[in-house]
Amino acid sequence: MYVAVKGGEKAIDQAHAWLAEVRRGDQNTAVLDTAQIRDQLTLACNRVMAEGSLYDPDLAALAIKQARGDLVEAIFLIRAYRTTLPRFGASAPIDTGAMTCIRRISATFKDAPGGQLLGPTFDYTHRLLDFTLLANGEAELAETERQTLNEPLARVSDILGKDALLQPEPSGNEEPGDLTRQPLAFPADRALRLQSLSRADEGFALCLAYSTQRGYGRNHPFIGELRVGHVEVSMEIPELGFSIVIGEITVTECETVNQFVGSRKQPAQFTRGYGLTFGHTERKAIAMALLDRALRWEELGEDDTGAPAQDAEFVLSHADNIQATGFLEHIKLPHYVDFQSELELVRRLRAEAEQ
Amino acid sequence: MMQSRAEWMGLLARSNPPMVAQAWESLGLSPPFKWLRAPELGAVMVRGQAGGSGKPFNLGEMTVTRCALQLVDEQPTVVGHAYVQGRNKAHAEQAALVDALMQTQHANQVDRMVLQPLANALALQVAEQKEKAAATKVDFFTLVRGEDE
Repeated sequence: MYVAVKGGEKAIDQAHAWLAEVRRGDQNTAVLDTAQIRDQLTLACNRVMAEGSLYDPDLAALAIKQARGDLVEAIFLIRAYRTTLPRFGASAPIDTGAMTCIRRISATFKDAPGGQLLGPTFDYTHRLLDFTLLANGEAELAETERQTLNEPLARVSDILGKDALLQPEPSGNEEPGDLTRQPLAFPADRALRLQSLSRADEGFALCLAYSTQRGYGRNHPFIGELRVGHVEVSMEIPELGFSIVIGEITVTECETVNQFVGSRKQPAQFTRGYGLTFGHTERKAIAMALLDRALRWEELGEDDTGAPAQDAEFVLSHADNIQATGFLEHIKLPHYVDFQSELELVRRLRAEAEQ
Repeated sequence: MMQSRAEWMGLLARSNPPMVAQAWESLGLSPPFKWLRAPELGAVMVRGQAGGSGKPFNLGEMTVTRCALQLVDEQPTVVGHAYVQGRNKAHAEQAALVDALMQTQHANQVDRMVLQPLANALALQVAEQKEKAAATKVDFFTLVRGEDE
């Protein structure tokens, strides 16, 4: 039980004033503009949008500035803000097949139709500090090649799907559950699992996905396809009676192809894991796909090996960094009354033991 | 000329606000109107599909601004609507005015001064992204290492 405390207003005000001052930092350096954060710390903004579960790069940049670069705090600000917005409706499912890709790679087919596009990637860099950035060196504009791409790029999964080597994706049009409206309950269907994983903490998702690679619920994933790019979002407008594009967002999509030896019910074929996240957030999208696949053990008739990544209740209940940080950090707030009662109990027990 | 209302509304939603403002100002029209729904910020739940083609799921929300207005000098009634990405109320207002004017005798002018420049800017942006992506197209080779012989 938490018993409230009173007082401390003046000290709290002064602490917040000091917070504002240290947020600003040295007055001799230029103040950071949110447009600079949005355009130059794009991947930080992308993470805040993905886990804040609200696509708005300007707000993500503002949250990062306000949170002094603490991304979990920034995500918290975004989550709090989104609760103030009226919901206009839900979009039609985005068509990632029609994506304008800035990056598209396959680790399974080197000659994927349409080609492999590396895009703006850290892959193949040497991870050496670039001291020209320290000296405010300006990057040159990327060279472009006058050539047209065959768009839209065919999905790699469709190539395998044609020969029934890859399990088909169950189709359906049911209204998906929404964990922002109804608290998560178990068993959670795949739609809820995907929603939860898409906004899950990147660190948690990454390390848990890694655990499956190390043998805790191993499912042998290959990256069938990873694509990053822009997709249109369209929605049916009730007052107009037709559907319009309401914007364009950047997303990362990862499809894994996993080994599956078959069961009594099904012939040997590859199975799928799926990751889809706001922004260019590929580490997270890959982790999501691995976890999605691990959580599908039951429908695929696999053994429950007792691995943490196979336990939906464990994964989904602990994947949200705002729930986690809320509960974890609240224990630093005053608990004087609770502790006082425990102290008295321990004293009484000791006194009784001495008699 | 753009014929479909869905097409121009979509273009106005996807164009960035400074460009819409610039195009709108270049038009030099300021038709009197009254609000049917003043600009309002909100969110739309964006959906994805499992495996990219399967059952829908809720991915996350995006910010959207909407409004509706009526041109007061037009008979019969002309109503302009806007649903635009982001939180820019001026963007929504300009988009709704363009939507309304596209239903009037100004359509040709609005198309030429506002919609075409926006469509061109967007096409240029997409072409540039595609060219940059094309420049990073990679050919991987597999090498036989001979160890298995």
